[in-house]
Amino acid sequence: METPLTRSIAPEKAPPDLAQYEKAGGYAALRKALRMAPGDVTAAVKEANLRGRGGAGFPTAQKWSFVPMGDDAPHPKYFICNADEMEPGTFKDRLLLEGDPHQLIEGMIVSAYAVQADVGYIFLRWAYKLAAQRLEQAIAEAYHRGYLGRNIAGSSYSLELHLHVSAGRYMCGEETALLNALEGKRANPRAKPPYPQVSGLWGKPTVVNNVETLCCVPHIVNKGAAWFKNLSRSGDGGTKLYGVSGRVKKPGLWELPMGTPIREILEEHAGGMRNGYRFRGLLPGGASTDFMIADHLDVAMDFDSMQAAGSRLGTGTMIILDDRTCPVGMLHNLEHFFAQESCGWCTPCWSGLSWVEQILKGLEDGKGEASDLERLQSHARLLSPGHTFCALAPGAAEPLQSGLKYFRDDFDRHIREKRCPWRS
Amino acid sequence: MLSEEEKQEIEAQSQHYPTTRALCIEALKIVQEHRGWVSDEGIADVAEALQMAAAELEGVATFYNMIFRKPVGRHVILLCDSVSCWIMGYDRLREHFRARLGIGLGETTADGCFTLLPNVCLGACDHAPAMMIDSTHYQDLDPDRLDEILAKYRMEEIREEKKEKRGPADGNTADP
Ligand SMILES: Cc1cc2nc3c(=O)[nH]c(=O)nc-3n(C[C@H](O)[C@H](O)[C@H](O)COP(=O)(O)O)c2cc1C
Ligand code: SF4
Repeated sequence: METPLTRSIAPEKAPPDLAQYEKAGGYAALRKALRMAPGDVTAAVKEANLRGRGGAGFPTAQKWSFVPMGDDAPHPKYFICNADEMEPGTFKDRLLLEGDPHQLIEGMIVSAYAVQADVGYIFLRWAYKLAAQRLEQAIAEAYHRGYLGRNIAGSSYSLELHLHVSAGRYMCGEETALLNALEGKRANPRAKPPYPQVSGLWGKPTVVNNVETLCCVPHIVNKGAAWFKNLSRSGDGGTKLYGVSGRVKKPGLWELPMGTPIREILEEHAGGMRNGYRFRGLLPGGASTDFMIADHLDVAMDFDSMQAAGSRLGTGTMIILDDRTCPVGMLHNLEHFFAQESCGWCTPCWSGLSWVEQILKGLEDGKGEASDLERLQSHARLLSPGHTFCALAPGAAEPLQSGLKYFRDDFDRHIREKRCPWRS
Repeated sequence: MLSEEEKQEIEAQSQHYPTTRALCIEALKIVQEHRGWVSDEGIADVAEALQMAAAELEGVATFYNMIFRKPVGRHVILLCDSVSCWIMGYDRLREHFRARLGIGLGETTADGCFTLLPNVCLGACDHAPAMMIDSTHYQDLDPDRLDEILAKYRMEEIREEKKEKRGPADGNTADP
């Protein structure tokens, strides 16, 4: 089984420096891309069926194709790597950032070349201190070697690359809020259209892609679209970093073929549940995905299969709910997070979420009433897509609506017994 | 007024951004690095240097949670309260901090040594529960580990204090 993204990563060791990275075949994709027409790089990524690993699964080449090209295109164009990873339960980009910074930088340069961007930013969350250090070092090496700056590797293409370390807030990961953060403003999202590809950072054409997405690109250019598609067990190309946290025997992160079934990840890789704990459910791809239960364990973890099963692949890092953890308490924790991180722009979000949080707290504290469930349902409807400005609110609705559906008995018990049955 | 050092560090960042406005978050971070937190005076200083309205800068400063608009202790403990850490024992750790340090979330110990803040997911979910103290990550925590870690910081504090006390006697005779 091939693991192109993580093959050079040894978690306890320093990442490959530029010389080591080159020795292992690094920057060959860049040299190859520079000999291709930019549109051919995009075409290869399209053919490979690469879909965005930031959570929404948007086809990467299609995103790039909206960027104005040719002599009349506005400049500078910007290319941004979203390394804000703050989705609760998600710890995949961190491995790529700390473990192989040159892979990401090469991915950025090749991708920026495809849309003929002039300036790149890596938008990194502040907590990833080690990643910041390693990226800075790797960027300096890449400049020194002529892979960044003017006339990259002797070609006519030039790219500047900067690292921006965010000052915090989950909202900054939303791509248009991220643009405001980079411009030194409050990170509220922007109205779409115009889409960033047309009018983004400082009003110029801008692409925002996730770390894992960009790390796939050099491998596609190097080895071809057919090879990339073959890595996968589904229609979406490539491998995927899958993670498991919670009360399993071996929590961790693994690069596996896209479309690996949940059960295989949970049992073969994470070792199954810890002794004394039983599986009750999971959030498959971070806090903002719908709960799944035992009935779903054979679903393949790819974008379409997860959607068909009523959830989302999200970030692919699952969080396990065990039988000794209260599902209502877990939901309270999740909705507290969303309420706290709401940027305050739309009423169903900032006001609705604080109500949701209070109702859930009431249930946990033994003050629940039968009408609470109806109220939670109606908030979940108002938070769903179409009522708010960005995807934070619909993300908050997903665990809520599915939690109400799958753990209804647990809710009823809280109300009937006037206490949380998990608290002594 | 910004110190010379602060000014130089902000100036060094300006190569990364095409507008002065975009520098404001970097500038706030730099001021915080030097002064521990960003006071009203800090806001006024940065606003003046970047030629922004102080009220607007205030709006930016309060949006981002790693800009501290209130004083914090010498060490800031960021305890992850997101879902994986919650499942793996966040509540127990929070209560342990209360028992050991006498502080709850958002509070600072009387001696100014520690401030305890909740924090969203630190990206260590497979090693939950996790926290950061200043720039250092700690994971796979339980109450015993917390005691060990706190003891280490206490030892450092005592060492620092001794150094300070010894300082003048070690040759600084400039005082009359
Ligand atoms: C509230 C919120 C937070 C987000 N945080 C992140 C993040 O930390 N990293 C990320 O890559 N995408 C995040 N996204 C998704 C981005 O908006 C965007 O879709 C993604 O960066 C696009 O990259 P991709 O096409 O490569 O998947 C977030 C979205 C929302 C609504
Ligand atoms: S949905 Fe929530 S986070 Fe998104 S813009 Fe509206 S208020 Fe802000």
